[in-house]
Amino acid sequence: MDHAEPRTLFDKIWSRHKVIERDDGQTLLYVDRNFVHDGLGPAFDFLKERNFLVRVPARTFAVPDHYVPTDGRDVAGFAAAENRAMVEQLARNTEAAGIEMFGVTDPRHGIVHIIGPEQGISQPGMVITCGDSHTSTHGALGALAFGIGATEVSHVLASQTIWQRKPHSMRITVEGELGFGVTAKDVILAIIARIGAAGATGHVIEYAGSAIAGLSMEGRLTLCNMSIEAGARAGMVAPDETTFAYLKGRPYAPKGAEWDEAVCRWRALRTDEGARFDHEVTLDAADIAPMVTWGISPQDAAPVTGIVPDPANEPDAERREGIEKALAYMGLAPTTKLADIAIDRVFIGSCTNSRIEDLRAASAVTRGRRVAEGLVAWVVPGSGLIKAQAESEGLDRIFIEAGFSWREAGCSMCLGTNGEIVAPGQRCASTSNRNFIGRQGPGARTHLMSPAMAAAAAITGRLTDVRTMMVPA
Amino acid sequence: MTPFTHLISVAVPIPGPNMDTDQIIPARYLSRARDVGFADGLFRDLRYAEDGAEKPGFILNREPYRNGKIVVGERNFACGSSREHAVWALLDYGVRAVLAPSFGDIFYTNSLKNGLLPIRLPGAVIGTLLERLLREAGDIDIDLPSQQARLPDGSVHDFDIDPYSKHCLLNGLDDIDYTLSQLGPIEAFEQRYGRENS
Repeated sequence: MDHAEPRTLFDKIWSRHKVIERDDGQTLLYVDRNFVHDGLGPAFDFLKERNFLVRVPARTFAVPDHYVPTDGRDVAGFAAAENRAMVEQLARNTEAAGIEMFGVTDPRHGIVHIIGPEQGISQPGMVITCGDSHTSTHGALGALAFGIGATEVSHVLASQTIWQRKPHSMRITVEGELGFGVTAKDVILAIIARIGAAGATGHVIEYAGSAIAGLSMEGRLTLCNMSIEAGARAGMVAPDETTFAYLKGRPYAPKGAEWDEAVCRWRALRTDEGARFDHEVTLDAADIAPMVTWGISPQDAAPVTGIVPDPANEPDAERREGIEKALAYMGLAPTTKLADIAIDRVFIGSCTNSRIEDLRAASAVTRGRRVAEGLVAWVVPGSGLIKAQAESEGLDRIFIEAGFSWREAGCSMCLGTNGEIVAPGQRCASTSNRNFIGRQGPGARTHLMSPAMAAAAAITGRLTDVRTMMVPA
Repeated sequence: MTPFTHLISVAVPIPGPNMDTDQIIPARYLSRARDVGFADGLFRDLRYAEDGAEKPGFILNREPYRNGKIVVGERNFACGSSREHAVWALLDYGVRAVLAPSFGDIFYTNSLKNGLLPIRLPGAVIGTLLERLLREAGDIDIDLPSQQARLPDGSVHDFDIDPYSKHCLLNGLDDIDYTLSQLGPIEAFEQRYGRENS
């Protein structure tokens, strides 16, 4: 085939997966990898009702994460019958269909968006689906990965395909070097603050530029994870040496000669010089500071050195009302210094920030210090393997000695489906992805930030500029 | 799914941009089976106090909105979580159409797969409509075959919908049957591509 027209990474993956392209703009895409979790019972029920079989069980992988309590691994011992039922239902459904599952007691168990990349199941150039909006995470490997609803999950299971209209494209370029104490989480919060929670609706984002190329794989996973919080269908980073080094030797990655062939193919997965995007956004890495959210949408983010906005200074009526509503829910007064906001809880975890690098960053701030009096602080590793790795490095001792609770893997307090929630009115410094009203429990107040920032908050008991607690390298 | 052709109903204004699916139905309702229903979870924490008492200020707790079948929302309606329960909660309550300037992408698709009609209208049109609806109740008349919505001020607006989704809505079809009738192209693709490996 002759591709004289320069193409984007997204174009290349899209066209390679086209099964049917219809005149009305609908394309049937082939799905390389599909993930299911314990919240997707309705998708399997639908298949059963209609007597459909799972077309290619080997392309779907399962893990219970949403309903798994993180205080133990004994399913029979789960305090809530409801949690047990969700986890057991997934086991029954996947066993009947011949789908591989990483069960609760499997050492490889973890959050679906953590273990897909960790096991090497998610790879460059793939189309990846999961019935969860944070499926955008897997795009960090140079894949087209997007969240779908339960009905679409049943469609993927039955046909190994999905109908899509081709989204628009957006490139977000971050050039330069990130400052001291600034992480991928700060980059994505700065991006969302800039373009808004609907800034990329209907678009697939490609993140580019020297600051992105300089991120570790863990950082890129954090970045792509929150693409959905800007409304994007997906986020991706072109695969490079960092990607290949991360994947090499992972259990489900190609081996031997197949590995060499795969890398050869993956090297072509780059946006061609001169390819056109529907939208371009550029940020200067040097302008990004450690960020925290003050409101009820991830777009309500500001440098930790800043203040809570004053609605009186907002000329736009809609935005003014938005700020007023956010401050009322969050219990904050206008112009309060962000670094003066006292907190009750800390949650270090979620598919956004529970990887080994995140735990290292948080432990580096925690080492030799104590969690503030009266504050409840949790670390929930993203997978059993991350937990084991952290323990082999002694990170668990640092957290436990400081007064953190060191827990088992799962989604936990990011959304509280497993019953682990923040009490009404309490304020939580959280490394998760959503500060929506009631997200961490009815009446819970969430401030999003990086793992190092959350650790700093745990120690001082208030939102804190982590740079004041870090030793420059 | 239930077909959608024509609908006239009092419109329920739900103001505020970025009305996320966590607010449409909180996470604690998601472990139910589909056939149990989700109507009581719809806008739960906006609709009810902690003790289960109705919040009198919330629009769905007032007449004539209790039986409203059309919701009018703001920009980025139903953003966030992919939970299809947000669509099911609206449908189980009786809502069959939502008008907004824009929707979360996943919610938009989930709606079409379940017989809930999402209608995008320009921000200025929705802004004027919401202002009016917050002052006085009004009916909206939606005709899917002609792709038109008549608002309480008498104005008629064309709306876009993908022709295939329209066909499915009008006839109450879901697309799995259609896709599985296209097994030829899927099998040919797999032959070319490799069934188990990429």
